[in-house]
Amino acid sequence: MSADGSGTLLEVEDVVVRYPVFRGLVGTMTRRPKLAVHAVEGVSFTLSRGEILALVGESGCGKTTTAQTVLRLLDPLSGSIRFEGRDITRLATRALRPLRRRMQIVYQDPYESLDPRLRVRATVEEPLIIHRIGSKDERAARVSDALERVELSPPELFLDRYSHELSGGQRQRVAIAAALVLEPHLLVADEPVSMLDVSVRAGVLQLLDELRRAGLGILMITHDLATAARFADRIAVMYLGRIVEEGPAREVVRNPQHPYTKALLSVVPPRDPRVRREPEILRGEAPDAVHIPSGCRFHPRCPIAVPACQEEDPELRVPRAASSSDHRAACILA
Amino acid sequence: MSVVIQEPGLSEPAPVPPERGGFLWRTLRRRKSAAVGAAILVLLVLGAVLAPWIAPYGLHEQVGPPFGAPSAEHPLGLDDGGIDMLTLLLWATRISLVVGLAATFVAMVIGGTVGIVAGYFGGRTDGVLMRITDFFLVIPELPLMIVVAAIWGPSLFHIIIVIGILLWTSTARVVRAQVKSVRERVYVKRARALGAGHTRIVYRHVLPQIAPLLIANTVLTMAVAIFDETALAFLGLGDPTQISLGKMIENAFQRAAISADAWWAIVLPGIVIVLLILGCTLMGQAFEDRLNPRLRIAHIGAKTFRLRPLVGRGSDAL
Amino acid sequence: MTPLLELDDVHVWFDLGEGGGTLHAVQGVSLSVDPGERVGLVGESGCGKSTTVLAAMGLLPANATVSGRVLLDGVDIMAGGESSFRPHRWVDIAMVFQGAMNALNPVRTVGSQIVEALQLHGRARGEETARAKALLESVGIPAGRAGRYPHELSGGMRQRAAIAMALSCNPRVLIADEPTTALDVMVQAQILELLTTICRDFGLALVLVTHDLPIVTQLCGRAAVMYAGEIVEEGSVDALFHEPRHPYTRLLFAATPDLYGNGGRVVSIPGAPPRLDRALEGCPFQPRCDRAFGRCAEERPVLKEVGGEHVAACHLNDVAVGSIS
Repeated sequence: MSADGSGTLLEVEDVVVRYPVFRGLVGTMTRRPKLAVHAVEGVSFTLSRGEILALVGESGCGKTTTAQTVLRLLDPLSGSIRFEGRDITRLATRALRPLRRRMQIVYQDPYESLDPRLRVRATVEEPLIIHRIGSKDERAARVSDALERVELSPPELFLDRYSHELSGGQRQRVAIAAALVLEPHLLVADEPVSMLDVSVRAGVLQLLDELRRAGLGILMITHDLATAARFADRIAVMYLGRIVEEGPAREVVRNPQHPYTKALLSVVPPRDPRVRREPEILRGEAPDAVHIPSGCRFHPRCPIAVPACQEEDPELRVPRAASSSDHRAACILA
Repeated sequence: MSVVIQEPGLSEPAPVPPERGGFLWRTLRRRKSAAVGAAILVLLVLGAVLAPWIAPYGLHEQVGPPFGAPSAEHPLGLDDGGIDMLTLLLWATRISLVVGLAATFVAMVIGGTVGIVAGYFGGRTDGVLMRITDFFLVIPELPLMIVVAAIWGPSLFHIIIVIGILLWTSTARVVRAQVKSVRERVYVKRARALGAGHTRIVYRHVLPQIAPLLIANTVLTMAVAIFDETALAFLGLGDPTQISLGKMIENAFQRAAISADAWWAIVLPGIVIVLLILGCTLMGQAFEDRLNPRLRIAHIGAKTFRLRPLVGRGSDAL
Repeated sequence: MTPLLELDDVHVWFDLGEGGGTLHAVQGVSLSVDPGERVGLVGESGCGKSTTVLAAMGLLPANATVSGRVLLDGVDIMAGGESSFRPHRWVDIAMVFQGAMNALNPVRTVGSQIVEALQLHGRARGEETARAKALLESVGIPAGRAGRYPHELSGGMRQRAAIAMALSCNPRVLIADEPTTALDVMVQAQILELLTTICRDFGLALVLVTHDLPIVTQLCGRAAVMYAGEIVEEGSVDALFHEPRHPYTRLLFAATPDLYGNGGRVVSIPGAPPRLDRALEGCPFQPRCDRAFGRCAEERPVLKEVGGEHVAACHLNDVAVGSIS
């Protein structure tokens, strides 16, 4: 439970993150204007316990940056992040440390996220050692328990293995176990299954789903809309650093309101060869985040853009055709 | 080589024990050049260590005329002072090795630390440290040694310091590059996200990754250190009270060994130096070679576009 | 009609060196592609699909041993080794490799790389540059970009450039190995649309090698599903989805989530593929199969006809009672 008694885990408001672009010696000497990558340009959302929120978008949209900022692995330029009621936006590293126990991250690449020189036992035990939790025996018990929870059972079979002896799916489970061993309240999963074989993905996703039911709040980053549609409670679609649509997963997928969401959904190839969708293929690619278009950032590629779209930068609001009040989209025509 | 355990729910396979022994041992077993190099070194080191016991004659004991020719009692001949060459060589190897090892140690400690700090922290710290490194890189060693010898007097200790100061820079660069790359690995970022402090990360995650490299570099540095000592001694900048291999050659030259046709006084110490350096170089290069193929692997994997061994591991086979 | 490209009982073994044994990576694969046809070769990592198509191009590494035939217009081009492959490589069969977009030479412009391909095969003599620009245009890269270096182009553009290179000598068959794997879904759609267009406009046959089932069902008419080095089922994509005759095909589709939730729960397949450096007994999929029975552990199934132009290697098809689905 958070300080204010509700189940709200995370409240992100208007977070902005920018990276300076390196000008180089010549650039500095010729006084080229200081450019920045506008990775995240005012993102707001909330996440409660027992909920999976999927941040969806293409590469460069800022979803990974948002996730890292939420965990304070990156510092925001402005905006606020409240974790369990407490403002952590400007908290110093030392004060953040105890909080890190309650927010954990699982990375995309199961082959790279585990130290190849450590055995499974050491990998899963490490968080406990870092945070000085428990005696040796207590730690051993927690490690076994964590492995059981991720269905690597019996734990004895896996404790002494090196990560290269395990398959991709098993490694990802080890990474999740290492995250769980601290009993976090929030888990950020950055593309948790995109590097796994298709036949193994559902297993890991179902594990995440069970953890959600046990009360964990999960922020899942993914580019795979179908996965988001089937496993997340809510979806937030990002484009060039902003959330352009968000709402309950089913709603967003069946009744998309933003033209970008519509286009994205239309190009996801269906499994069934008899289903023929009319893919709305947008031309070109997203502009780089250094030069953000004026007005609505999507207008240069938008199939239904009108002149007003160049002027006005729309806010997220409930569209006319929405069937639920938590479904919002940032489009003046919605 | 290693087996993939079945996904949850299935029977256990027969576990395959991982390859025994660390990186060093495996390289020695696999590469002939490393084994040869190691053998040479072991032999020479043993000789040097056991010198007090196995040297046939006294170090200062004159047993014959100056530049006495090789004979049955003195198979390697006598030096300019009539002292048995074999005895001299054993003792001189000692000194050369001591200087080489000590200087290498100094270079490793300084270079390793600078490399780790610069590579790990990056940014300004890196910039400053690298400028310092560059400064040391351009110092010419002979003038430095001459100056040091002139001001503080030539001694073994000073030579060790001078050589160490001149050698640490290459280690620092190599270590820094490797640390920078390890730092970007996902598991290091994960450790940071977990809340691990810098010390822990360096000790647990960075050092083990750079250890093989450090060892390869140490061995190669030793080769250079020994050579440097020889050169300095030959130029008369060495410790006059200690006989090293370089000093032996210098003495021989000074006392006109060539015109006395006493080839053994010059060639033999030279051969020992070459063997020492060869041993170190063979081993060091074999280690380096083993490191490189590991970083460059055979083919690009399916979904990850990472290079993966051609013969698979886990679910990434072929 | 003679198939344009045909693989006949192709086997590939890899010599694993000291103490490693031999890996039987491809175990008797036969596949045929008619002119202008689009065929998918589907499977997860390690199933041997990439190795199979590399064998068809004669591009396997030195430690590989290959047997079987690779027929182009009915003539075996593998029989003479490198010398019989070379005249056909790029000229008749071309390939867009896995990760091709990352394998472009970083110090040469994309235009010059295409010119190089043309020069190597003696095409468009005297007008290589013009042809290179025309090729780039045909894949959707404005001719003005020919002077760009690979790092100046986006992922999608680089993939297009790789496709242009493959098309440079007017091949008749294009093999695309995981052409959209590292790309965003919108760019993926663009590339798939491009592949469809060029196949249609140039009358190319396409072999699409991928682990991503939905792109095969949308782009190809026919597909072969590979598991543990062999083809376990082959047929029209419609038949594979609606009437799968091998449990792996059925489960693979079931493991692929659908946007709108049609088709029930998303499943995962427990276990892992078998090691290919050991001889297998019985059906390779048996340990993971949800319908395995006695015979499956003892006897290895062979590909048999189960319907018009639909083959599958599963004992369940022999059983009179009960079906796969």
